[in-house]
Amino acid sequence: MATIEIDKVSKVYHGNVPAVSEVDIKITDGEFIVLVGPSGCGKSTLLRMVAGLENISSGTVRIGGRIVNDVEPADRDIAMVFQNYALYPHMTVRENLAYGLKNRRTPKPEIEARVAEAARMLELGPYLDRKPRALSGGQRQRVAMGRAIVRHPSAFLFDEPLSNLDAKLRVSMRGEIKRLQRRVGTTSLYVTHDQLEAMTLADRLVVLNGGRIEQIGRPLDVYHAPASTFVASFIGSPAMNLVQGELHGSKLAIGPALIDLGDTLPTQGAVTVGFRAEDLQAVGAPVDASAQIGSATMPLRVDYVEELGSQRLVHGTLGDQTITVAMSSDAPLTSEMQVAVPLGRLHFFDAESGRRLVWSSVEPNRSTTAADLLETAR
Amino acid sequence: MHRTRILDHAVLILGALFLTLPVVVAFMTSTHEAAAIHSTGLMLSPGGHLVETYETVLTRKGGFTGQVTGARMMMNSFILGIGFAVGKIALSMLAAYAIVYFRFRFATLAFWVIFTTLLLPLEVRIMPSYEVMSSLGLINSYTGLIVPLLASATGTFYFRQFFKSVPEELLEAARIDGAGPFKFFIDVLVPLSKTMIAAIFIIMFVYGWNQYLWPMLMTTDERFFTLMRGIKQILQVWIGSQIPDYNEAFALAVLAMLPPVLMVVLFQSWFIKGLTESDK
Repeated sequence: MATIEIDKVSKVYHGNVPAVSEVDIKITDGEFIVLVGPSGCGKSTLLRMVAGLENISSGTVRIGGRIVNDVEPADRDIAMVFQNYALYPHMTVRENLAYGLKNRRTPKPEIEARVAEAARMLELGPYLDRKPRALSGGQRQRVAMGRAIVRHPSAFLFDEPLSNLDAKLRVSMRGEIKRLQRRVGTTSLYVTHDQLEAMTLADRLVVLNGGRIEQIGRPLDVYHAPASTFVASFIGSPAMNLVQGELHGSKLAIGPALIDLGDTLPTQGAVTVGFRAEDLQAVGAPVDASAQIGSATMPLRVDYVEELGSQRLVHGTLGDQTITVAMSSDAPLTSEMQVAVPLGRLHFFDAESGRRLVWSSVEPNRSTTAADLLETAR
Repeated sequence: MHRTRILDHAVLILGALFLTLPVVVAFMTSTHEAAAIHSTGLMLSPGGHLVETYETVLTRKGGFTGQVTGARMMMNSFILGIGFAVGKIALSMLAAYAIVYFRFRFATLAFWVIFTTLLLPLEVRIMPSYEVMSSLGLINSYTGLIVPLLASATGTFYFRQFFKSVPEELLEAARIDGAGPFKFFIDVLVPLSKTMIAAIFIIMFVYGWNQYLWPMLMTTDERFFTLMRGIKQILQVWIGSQIPDYNEAFALAVLAMLPPVLMVVLFQSWFIKGLTESDK
């Protein structure tokens, strides 16, 4: 068990290309942190620097309070799970699990006990004497996790461990990882490009873009209050609608729609307005805008519809900007319709920098979230 | 359809005969007496002297010193073949390991320098090699016989390609598991290379077994003669009106062929795996 402190860590490859620049993350003991971002955002590089597989160009990494910049990976007391599992193909599952312990000269009975414990936790018992090639993808992934667990390390590092699995298995393994981490309570750093994985697994998630942190926060906080247009479009599926708007006093113009915010924002002029597809609702006939107190009504011309079963995604245009609306699959469809979003669910971003503009009265007013509940339950 | 099938078989049978007949002739001839061979030439039918000829060849002390037997020469050939193969594999694996896994200056250059020596056959450097060995006093020794031939560009190249195909994550996993460079080599790379090692062992063993020029230069002492030299030795014995021991020469030739053939037959599945298997 340990904390991990990442302090102003940068990675510069030759040619002065910064892969990671000045990243600060403080991970508390037992926390599950997910690094998420598109490919090439530096998340894997950051993880590998914590693991010691990559040199740190500047800044410090502390594991359990100890600076580990120049410590060998084996001596950092961490365990890592790789995307392609990286099991030793010529060793049986048992030998794979025991290898790290054997190298540390752990006494034999102790090794056996720990392997048995991990095998029980991961239901690997029947496979202990098989070679990795005789296992399915999910079983290999469990062996890779077992190899991390038997070491009783102070931190787990996961490098996109579920990317090689098919969709169904990914969901069940996701649950398994979460369950396991809760059970052993080991500090974990998890890298993924899948926002859904990030949302479901993380205690806190770190959204990275271009080697910089865009936002750190609990999944629902990030979902409800993205710090930038990048985070807004990256977290949540379908991606948040981002449209260009114009602020004049308390009025907001988005294409043909004119919305009365009932309050004046500190900024004026061009802004980027964001709203989630699932916060939009179809409203019956075109109504008088003033009648829709507390919500923004906009005309939508439908382009095409995606049926997902549980809901349908309506893609259309608002003026000349495309937006997506998520509706229940039994909602009536017309080629021209009116959609409305509660004013509290509008997000405002600086048109230039894309940073979130904080405006207290439109900040989402949330009740207790699932994360809070879990937090209190623990 | 039917006709083509017969034709196919005919071609195949012809090819098989073409390849095996010389061996059969050599074996059959070796079972006759020297005089019979001298008068009638090569034989296709078995003679009645199989056991005694082979026994003589293996156990009779011969040569100028009257000290060297066929068995002795066979053992020398084995020592050369196995020493050659094992040494080459050990050396080229280590060289490839250094080139692939360690970042040092001019690593690529070093590899290409090794690689270009592929173009130089043994014969090109045979004089300097001999000079070095003779001034080291290693003539007439197994060391002198084996060591100068050990550097192997082919082996290094094969192992380099193989190591490059081993996923990077295995090395990283091993590093996190606390395996140093030596442990990683012994515990992971060597077992993974098993089939590759087998394939190269066969190639190198046969190559070493068939060496002729180098052993001839390096050994003047008959105790170090290899089989390849022995065959020639027998045919050179033209004393007076004595007929050369054709039967013994053939017997020795058949014996000399045996180990490489056995090696390939026994290990062929490994051999094919080593050269074709790519997924790790």
